[in-house]
Amino acid sequence: MCTLEKRGNIYLLTLTGSGEHRFNPSLLSSLRAALSSLLCSSHAPNSALITCAEGKFFSNGFDQSWVRSAPPSQHRIISDLLRGLISDYLSLPMPTVCAVTGHAAAAGCALVLAHDYVVMREDRGFFYMSELDVGLKFVKYFEVFFNEKIPDNQTRRDVLLRSARVTAREAMARGIVDRAAQGIEGTIEEALRLAEEVAATVSDGSKLAEKRKLMFSETWRHVSAAGGSKL
Amino acid sequence: MCTLEKRGRVLILTLTGSGEHRLGPGLISSLRSALATARSDPTVAALVTAGEGRFFSNGLDLAWAKNSSEGISTLVRLVKPLIADLISLPMPTVAAVTGHAAAAGMMLAVAHDYVYMRGDRGVLYMSELDIGLPFPDYFMDLMQAKITDPRTLRDVTLRAKKITGTEAKERGIVDKVCQSASETVAEAIKMAEELAGRNWDKGVYASIRLSVYPKLCKSLEIPQESDEAVRKHFASRL
Repeated sequence: MCTLEKRGNIYLLTLTGSGEHRFNPSLLSSLRAALSSLLCSSHAPNSALITCAEGKFFSNGFDQSWVRSAPPSQHRIISDLLRGLISDYLSLPMPTVCAVTGHAAAAGCALVLAHDYVVMREDRGFFYMSELDVGLKFVKYFEVFFNEKIPDNQTRRDVLLRSARVTAREAMARGIVDRAAQGIEGTIEEALRLAEEVAATVSDGSKLAEKRKLMFSETWRHVSAAGGSKL
Repeated sequence: MCTLEKRGRVLILTLTGSGEHRLGPGLISSLRSALATARSDPTVAALVTAGEGRFFSNGLDLAWAKNSSEGISTLVRLVKPLIADLISLPMPTVAAVTGHAAAAGMMLAVAHDYVYMRGDRGVLYMSELDIGLPFPDYFMDLMQAKITDPRTLRDVTLRAKKITGTEAKERGIVDKVCQSASETVAEAIKMAEELAGRNWDKGVYASIRLSVYPKLCKSLEIPQESDEAVRKHFASRL
């Protein structure tokens, strides 16, 4: 489902396989387990985390087939796990870079924005909040998170209230993405470069995490209510 | 005071006459009635609001307020649910700002999801500072929701700047600038048709709009669904 490797002082978390990396309890739990190893243990200063994916998709959102097969009382499990995952990213004691190596849709976009920095593939792929197209409403933490991460009115309106398919170039122009690059490998390389740059400036990751939670205090209030980084 | 015209799935609401389309009890009531019609007609999937003549709307009917025992505060109180009607309307809304939009008239315009404006004449203008009137709280909440560039918000509220369509586009208040009033209306209708063509679920559209502007919707006393209700809706759609 996912692997965590280290390249020098940069951790690389990869959503593995050629599929859509849709969020079901297994994938979300794997991601949280990988991050928990970074939350709990001490590690060298000047580290950073990159999240990337194999294949055509970064993540296409929640696993609808899992939801359909699960009893209604369990549906909120994946929403709660995503909430926990966001709280993990907010708590991570190192800078985080998302390498959007493929399509990101719906909840997949939430994973992208949970990072401090975003590098997105520009030759193909969209950032697409598909909820309106698909007919899904937002629960509170999700709404709060997107409002804090996309403060510009027109951008937020286009992304959420128009279900716009945003390319890397547009995303950069509108402040959602920091850098664009060609191809999967190119995107990961650019993410590594950016990760090295920011890692060099952050020696005390725990102080960074405190500031990040303060910067996104409303989101933190809504996602940490779920119990922080409990699995 | 205002007319409604249906074009396919788009409802066009026009503030009629060559006057200033000032928001007094009569016009406010007509507008609310028109929005209620839009809300209740299942074949309507988008709204365009436009004005005839030199003005989109020049704000509250201060002359009425002067001659009435109830005063401006009544008009402020009456406009609030009108704005709430727009913010809660279960379909995309496009303002075709065909002339000057000042004070409450500018609020009417920016309360729409998309703002199209003519660039050849007309300004957006929050005149309150110039004429010595305070902003109702919900005006500020609406402006903070829709004008998210800090310097633009400052110029609008603390400098009472008169902003042309072209400048408003550059500064993120307006989505598209057109060459004339008629072009503005035509383009707004085109956009509304495009949006209507996306066939979005109306309840979901309304819900997501509230999610995009939660502070504003609290200010306008528009209730938001609980997470429980959202989850129930989700389960019902599987």
